Amino acid sequence: MSMQRREFLKALGAAGITTSALGGCAAMRGAGHAGQVVVIGGGYGGATAAKYIAMWSGGAVAVTLVEPNAAFVSCPMSNLVLGGSKQIADVTVSYDGLTKRGIKVLRDTATAVDADKRTVRLASGQTLSYDRLILSPGIDFLYNQVPALNNDGAQARVLHAWKAGPQTVALRQQLEAMHDGGVYAISIPRAPYRCPPGPYERACQVAWYFKRAKPKSKVLILDGNEDVTSKKGLFTKAWNEEYKGIVEYRPNHVLTDVDAPTLTAKFETAGDVKADVLNVIPPHRAGAIAAQAGVITANNRWCEVDFLSFESIKVKNIYVVGDSIQIAPAMPKSGHMANQHGKVAAAAVLASLAEQPVNPTPILNNTCYSFITDRDVVHVASVHHYDRDKKTLVTVAGSGGLSPAMNPLEGEYAWAWARNIWADALT
Amino acid sequence: MRRFKMLTSALLVINAGLVAAQGADHHLGRSLAASCANCHGTNGASQGAVPSLAGAAKADLVAKMQEFKSGKRPGTIMPQLAKGYSDEQIETVAVWFAAQKP
Repeated sequence: MSMQRREFLKALGAAGITTSALGGCAAMRGAGHAGQVVVIGGGYGGATAAKYIAMWSGGAVAVTLVEPNAAFVSCPMSNLVLGGSKQIADVTVSYDGLTKRGIKVLRDTATAVDADKRTVRLASGQTLSYDRLILSPGIDFLYNQVPALNNDGAQARVLHAWKAGPQTVALRQQLEAMHDGGVYAISIPRAPYRCPPGPYERACQVAWYFKRAKPKSKVLILDGNEDVTSKKGLFTKAWNEEYKGIVEYRPNHVLTDVDAPTLTAKFETAGDVKADVLNVIPPHRAGAIAAQAGVITANNRWCEVDFLSFESIKVKNIYVVGDSIQIAPAMPKSGHMANQHGKVAAAAVLASLAEQPVNPTPILNNTCYSFITDRDVVHVASVHHYDRDKKTLVTVAGSGGLSPAMNPLEGEYAWAWARNIWADALT
Repeated sequence: MRRFKMLTSALLVINAGLVAAQGADHHLGRSLAASCANCHGTNGASQGAVPSLAGAAKADLVAKMQEFKSGKRPGTIMPQLAKGYSDEQIETVAVWFAAQKP
């Protein structure tokens, strides 16, 4: 018996819960296990939560991960695939590492949650029971806010590539097929959206490709926000120096619709823009299963959680992590943060199963690297701790900051970060 | 059943007392260390250019973190992150990493 399993079972014992009693205990559902946890969504948040529950309980808690994709494809680093310095295989990781840990990985889609019966129905028809449910459904796009994009044909022509995978590869193909002298335009939704610096990094990566392969071409950033939302000084410097004459930034471009056949973007207050490759990131909200489970509580878009545990403020025994939560002040929707959410939630779920109090002083950090060229990188970092009076996570005064300038050393650190966080979530 | 519940409650009180006596959640070190794992690897075992922390000497970890925090030691991310952790948290996390197998 591993030390961690023994420790967790000891904790259950202290709470008056014995594994031998579990067989006859209706509240605990995993046969032969000290509880059954189902995790929906195998991205940065869900995979991490699943791994840490399995690891910290020493396998005493049964963990099932429901994920429709065959492999994990990382959004962070995927802009390098658009630039052409990396391939999609370089940002793809198998789920086998989680299976080897004893986690049951089901390639399936959750279609309904019954919070009273504590069951999850899957597209395959199977029903799973849970003691605690972790939702990490990521984002869904609000196509009703871009009406002409609300069909498969238009979505195949005007790509988002904001979920890494086939869309990333398809957008790279569009860029390769574009003639020299063409215009690539990217539409950014109003904040909050997944990965604040991501669209600006993407503009840099496409510009890096154009500068070498198609130097007469242009990158047009059509931002729905009033200004650059992240790493402003560092990105602006790159567009004015490294990519001078290639990148043009236009703020206050709130997209209202597109015309897919002519690749034209339409805006609230600005004139139409026609592009040769049109990349629209539509506004988004928490993934559909969160809506079905009844945990979307903020603006009909995001899930509010108790930041001590990441349990939904509305539905008991359902924990929500990752991009689908209503973020705390100054907390970005990022893969790194989702990983940190997953660990706080994992600890809270185990504490809850053992009827122990949760950690009253959680601390989370964020590190985000953006590639300006294929190797020069800039970062933003922050530390967030729990404020007992405000009942939310706030940044620790004096902590955090940015790179002074792009540099190749942080390019190496960015890959070290990627390898470590992928291993941390998926092995 | 009632006796079982009373016993459970009593144990919970004892357990809560122990937690209070220790001043914190007894998994505090583990939870704190998990916030480092994104870059330094699960349980401090790193895969790449970022240093491993598992099995490092506690005094060395504390000294480095304090130097990052004060600005004495240069770095990229760490001087900015170290300022987010209290002296007690640095002590706790250093004890935890020092106890891990390298």
